[in-house]
Amino acid sequence: MKLKVATTVNGRKHEHEVEPRLLLVHHLRDNLGLTGTHVGCDTSQCGACTILVDGKAVKSCTMFAVQAEGKNLTTIEGMAKDGELHPIQQAFWDEHGLQCGYCTPGFIMAAAYLLSTNPNPTDEEIRRGLEGNLCRCTGYVNIVKSVKTAAKMMGGAEAKTGARAAATAGGE
Amino acid sequence: MAVSQLVGAKIHRREDPRLITGHGRYTDDLAKQGVLHLAVVRSPHAHARIRSIGLEAAKKSPGVVAVFIAQDFNGVIAGPATHPVAPVFAPDKKTNPPRYPIAKQEVCFQGEPVAVVIAESRSQAADGAQLVDVEYEPLPAVMDLDEAMKPGSNKAHTDQPDNIAWDATYVPWEATEEAFKEADVVIKQRIRQDRLSPNPIEARVVMAEFDSFDNRLTIWMSTQNPHWIRLFVSGALGMGEHAVRVISQDVGGGFGSKISPYPEDYLVPATAKMLGQPVKWTETRTESVQNAYAGRGQIYDVEACAKKDGTLLGMRVTQLLDTGAYIGTFGAFQTCACLLAGGAYRWKAISSRSIGILTNKITTDPYRGAGRPEATHLAERVIDLLAAELKMDPVELRRKNFPDKGDFPWTQNFGLVVDSGDYHGSLDKVLKLAGYDQMRKEQAEARKHGRHIGIGLSTWIEICGLGPGAVTGPATGGVVLSESAQVKIHPAGGVSIYVGTHNHGQGNDTTHAQIAADALGVPMEQIDIRHGDTNEGPGFGYGTYGSRTLAVGGVAIAKACTKVVDKGKKVAAHLLEAAEEDIEFHNGKFTVKGSPDKSKAMGEVAFASYGQLPSGMEQGLEAVAYFEPPNFVWPFGAHVCEVEVDADTGAVKILKYAAVDDCGNVINPMIVDGQLHGGIAQSIGQALYEEMVYDDDGQLRSATFLDYSMPSANEIPDIQLERQVTPSPTNELGVKGIGEAGTIAATAAIINAVCDALSPLGIKHIDMPASPDRVWKYIKEARK
Repeated sequence: MKLKVATTVNGRKHEHEVEPRLLLVHHLRDNLGLTGTHVGCDTSQCGACTILVDGKAVKSCTMFAVQAEGKNLTTIEGMAKDGELHPIQQAFWDEHGLQCGYCTPGFIMAAAYLLSTNPNPTDEEIRRGLEGNLCRCTGYVNIVKSVKTAAKMMGGAEAKTGARAAATAGGE
Repeated sequence: MAVSQLVGAKIHRREDPRLITGHGRYTDDLAKQGVLHLAVVRSPHAHARIRSIGLEAAKKSPGVVAVFIAQDFNGVIAGPATHPVAPVFAPDKKTNPPRYPIAKQEVCFQGEPVAVVIAESRSQAADGAQLVDVEYEPLPAVMDLDEAMKPGSNKAHTDQPDNIAWDATYVPWEATEEAFKEADVVIKQRIRQDRLSPNPIEARVVMAEFDSFDNRLTIWMSTQNPHWIRLFVSGALGMGEHAVRVISQDVGGGFGSKISPYPEDYLVPATAKMLGQPVKWTETRTESVQNAYAGRGQIYDVEACAKKDGTLLGMRVTQLLDTGAYIGTFGAFQTCACLLAGGAYRWKAISSRSIGILTNKITTDPYRGAGRPEATHLAERVIDLLAAELKMDPVELRRKNFPDKGDFPWTQNFGLVVDSGDYHGSLDKVLKLAGYDQMRKEQAEARKHGRHIGIGLSTWIEICGLGPGAVTGPATGGVVLSESAQVKIHPAGGVSIYVGTHNHGQGNDTTHAQIAADALGVPMEQIDIRHGDTNEGPGFGYGTYGSRTLAVGGVAIAKACTKVVDKGKKVAAHLLEAAEEDIEFHNGKFTVKGSPDKSKAMGEVAFASYGQLPSGMEQGLEAVAYFEPPNFVWPFGAHVCEVEVDADTGAVKILKYAAVDDCGNVINPMIVDGQLHGGIAQSIGQALYEEMVYDDDGQLRSATFLDYSMPSANEIPDIQLERQVTPSPTNELGVKGIGEAGTIAATAAIINAVCDALSPLGIKHIDMPASPDRVWKYIKEARK
């Protein structure tokens, strides 16, 4: 048996017929080709699959695809606009907030939700806000820094982030 | 710093744009038309005999294409060659049970493959796997190392003589007799290093396609060393290496668990060949926690002694190493802990012995640090235990026994030559950074108020940059751990560099480009760094592990660049009508000695290299270099940790963490700091939270991220870092490794701090993880 599911993902409307047991994360990856949302565990601990569902951070392995009927979804692929990185993406780049990069999309989406509810978080609030995401590479130090920097960049509401050159030379 | 000088600069990573936008190329992200999905049927028992396997129901399951068991692979996969085992250094005895990708009659760990199901979709493969009906006769599981060593004990493999994988004595006990006779104080301790699950956030994925007309096999997979996998898989499938291509682009972390070959690395290509269709296997997290080669799994029995004045005398160490059901391909590497047991100190004599013990658990293999975290933890715990016995400040005991700066190169007790060091320097610097004297004052004050504050040190050293052929050749069974690089300058000046190392988060696409940009004098943007495709670049690459990527692979790049520049000098001499020995190369320009106005840029030389050249000179501007290091490199540093223990709950909180590390010259400080943060966090995980827990029957109780406790952002403090730079004389870049340093250093600093906090209660030693329940039990016991 297959059921219809209609969603808006990163501003585009999609309609698919899916098995009722299909998880939303697999729907995004396998049916929509949005492979930036990753799977890191089977038990909803790691947060690598975090996306925004109607603006709220959701681990997309905790929802069936059919539960997303009529919802507005944002994945990591929808964060950069017109060739310009979202300030959170820019901040992760600037602050070396990633190493292997596998957990990173989930962290960026979780951070996006955190900053939407608390635009100026303290270090402790950032750590608590990201406790649903696991990273095995960075020790979180630079992730916290990235979110702080992003908050600053976004603080000026319309703050223009501007694409920055890949190489920023300078002394230590 | 001038822009042209990229080495040493904080360059933002070139690999990041695709990773932060969701455009990484991890293996599971790759799509293949008509791909079939493989699911593995695994033993639920740690030890059992297979009585029968019923396949009918699975074969009838919707979407199932094929179901295979061990005998179906006869003549397809040559086992047990699929599980090569590097010889342990000088083993006195070896029981090395053969391993096949699929168990034949006896399963020896929970999760051992019994059958594979291939179906049209991933969920259909999983459904089919559920229907494979295996009848088992359970056998006793060998779990405890002390028990397993006893003569006549249960055996992990019923067809093997016993459970002793090896018993290797490096220096016999008699060598330390004299030292112990002189001793004023002696300590004795058993120190446990429980099993850890590596848990890169990306589990393993393998996809393969076989082209029967061209007899070519392509394997996409998540691995740290594609060339080794090509060597192993091509051999097992009876194909030439030229016909097998392994591609491993973005990999979501490894930490050692993606070095050695796994059963699926053979089963997926073999089934793709058998079915004539591409096949993919994506590991689930539970499969990963259960089957990824585990870290540590060791017990150390140590005795050590010193003179009253703090002069260290002798140490005797026995390492009991739980090999798991099969000896790991590189599992014996962890015996290096026996050669590094003395740490950063001068000892009169050290005796050591390693016993490898087979159990009914998943294999252990190198996990971030592999032997060096264990050695550091051992040496640093021993120093603190002796300091307590001598009533000396642990700082003073360390200072008294360090080799001095002028003692380097320093030959330690096992004859290994430590290339460079300044141990007093990094210790002094970290004490200042942490505010050690003030911390001690505050600790004394806090104790008056009944607070359990502790301060711990770790003045760690490590051996890395694997490694010189004289040592690594025999250890791997013939392949030395050299490293390769190929540099090609194309006619219009673009540069392609192919490396034999791998990048799974270390940022070496960036640091390698920094090295090459300086060596060739071309802008970084003009240089492409390629890794992870065995069809590109030199004949063999040795991979990324053991903090070797920069200290061996980076140097290979520098050497290949030098070869290219040397060829460029010949071409420039021709263009400038000068003698080759009069050509100088600097900042991307070839000039004639004494006539700086006569010059040719690298781009001009590159173009000319593909044109008309004097007779006897070949076209092209490219070179391959292999670098076999003459020695290991020896990073070191000093860490200080301050903790508070809640005596009512046993909870440990890290109040402060400061570190001064020395990895020689630094290519990119931002990346070095990142490696340290991550390494220290992983070590905090081991020290306070992580442990693979099995029950007596060999059932893994910590088989998910729900049950295996890894630190989140809440558990990791801010980490203060400073650096010291003592260049390595081992290579021309003066660099050492930093990928494992944090993990090697930190458990000792944390556990020394916890022990210090609880010392007023008479507690001398605490095993890891110092989790609340365990610490609470120690406190309860001490208060009896």
